[in-house]
Amino acid sequence: MRPFAYARATSLDEALAAAEEPGTTVLAGGTELLNWLRLGIAAPDRVLDITRVAGLDRIEPLPDGSLRIGALVRLNDVAADQNVARDWPVLREAIHKSASAQLRNLATIGANLLQKTRCPYFRSEHPTPCNRRVPGSGCAALHGHDERHALFGWTDDCIATQPSDPAVALAVLDAHLVTRSARGGRRIAMTDFHVLPGVGVDRDNVLERGELIESIELDRPAPRSAYVKVRERESYEYALVSAAATVELGEGERIDSARIALGSVALRPWRLTQAERRIAGLAPDDPGVATAIDAALAEARPVAGSAYKLAIARGAARRALMSAAEVRP
Amino acid sequence: MTALEFATTPQFADRLDVRLRVNGVDRQLDGVDPRVSLLDLLRERLDLTGAKKGCNHGECGACTVLLDGRRVNGCLVLAAAAEGREVVTVEGLARGEQLHAVQRAFIEHDAFQCGFCTPGQVISAVACIKEDHTTDEHEIREWMSGNICRCSSYPQIVEAVKAAAAAESRPTSS
Repeated sequence: MRPFAYARATSLDEALAAAEEPGTTVLAGGTELLNWLRLGIAAPDRVLDITRVAGLDRIEPLPDGSLRIGALVRLNDVAADQNVARDWPVLREAIHKSASAQLRNLATIGANLLQKTRCPYFRSEHPTPCNRRVPGSGCAALHGHDERHALFGWTDDCIATQPSDPAVALAVLDAHLVTRSARGGRRIAMTDFHVLPGVGVDRDNVLERGELIESIELDRPAPRSAYVKVRERESYEYALVSAAATVELGEGERIDSARIALGSVALRPWRLTQAERRIAGLAPDDPGVATAIDAALAEARPVAGSAYKLAIARGAARRALMSAAEVRP
Repeated sequence: MTALEFATTPQFADRLDVRLRVNGVDRQLDGVDPRVSLLDLLRERLDLTGAKKGCNHGECGACTVLLDGRRVNGCLVLAAAAEGREVVTVEGLARGEQLHAVQRAFIEHDAFQCGFCTPGQVISAVACIKEDHTTDEHEIREWMSGNICRCSSYPQIVEAVKAAAAAESRPTSS
């Protein structure tokens, strides 16, 4: 690990001023950054610890029924929040299926969205072709082990996926990230946050240097929502595929509106917007739901070794929807 | 002029003095390299070698310690970032010769073979019980999943956690 200098910010303004300086990396929970430093994925001159910045570790219900979650709230504390449990269960479930109890006591909800792909070539301790590690070096996964890779939105430059579970829940909830920088701030839709390889492999998300996530906003409650994570062991493992769904039921327990997102199939959570529109008016267990999901998945372009994930995605999306609607499969 | 222009700049340092309360004792460590993890600080500077360095990537849980009462992976915390915090390691559980109830339960249920993961398992179990994640075997397995045991003593570990949780919820007779 290369030497770096360390400082602790005590206010957001102080953090924003320091974070802008080139060579500065921000430390929140540390569960990703320490591994980046060890692997050489990051080699900053300065590490700015923002964990003691006041005010970013609170969850505030707002008068209009929405919820503002400070970026530094630890994952376990987001999941334990009564409002989240009652009105946004998909987020609670996604968090409880993330990492381990120990990691969730450290990892923050804001920085969880900044985690990088788990592609083993990207995370390699030894020099390996990876356009994200060394620009122009190629993609070792493209002709190598590609069985945990993308179904959508990849290019020959990178076939990796984004592993965050909470990001999938936040995408299905149409959550927004509120950011701050020394020049101001903005509101970014979760679904617009991550950058696909077609746009560039030099960045993971749209944040600019010195721009920090201040909070995450959940708008409409989604009490009927659920998260399904399919993985090679029961717990403490990344997803092969995950699915998040929300549903509102109308007359005759038919779907008024629904939202579906897949995880670990692209470098961002992947919404099935066409399918969402097509299933309105159907019962959650109507065969037409499976047809609509199939039609959405027909647009996938899986990398060769990951084609098996299509069948998992189909089942996970359907199961998440039925679980959200509280209908037994 | 914006408020930001008045913002103070944090002082970056390449050596830090770190104060911690470890197992109930205030400690001060001078000249700590910012790269040092809490785990390495405990093991190398304080000779508390209970917490183990297994994977050093947050994958095995052998380094689990309590930080301000919550279980965390010691390998993923910078020592500098733990300034002023309270740390409990496996060495801090016993009261003199009297082992902690979770330690006794691990012995009674034969919940280890080689023992390398045990300090992390025990600390994690103490937290798991305090968090009340011990309703049934499934919940214990889920909330103890951050501690890997290569000897695969999982059934015995689950039994130990279950027994220690039950003992804790019973009023003490002594």
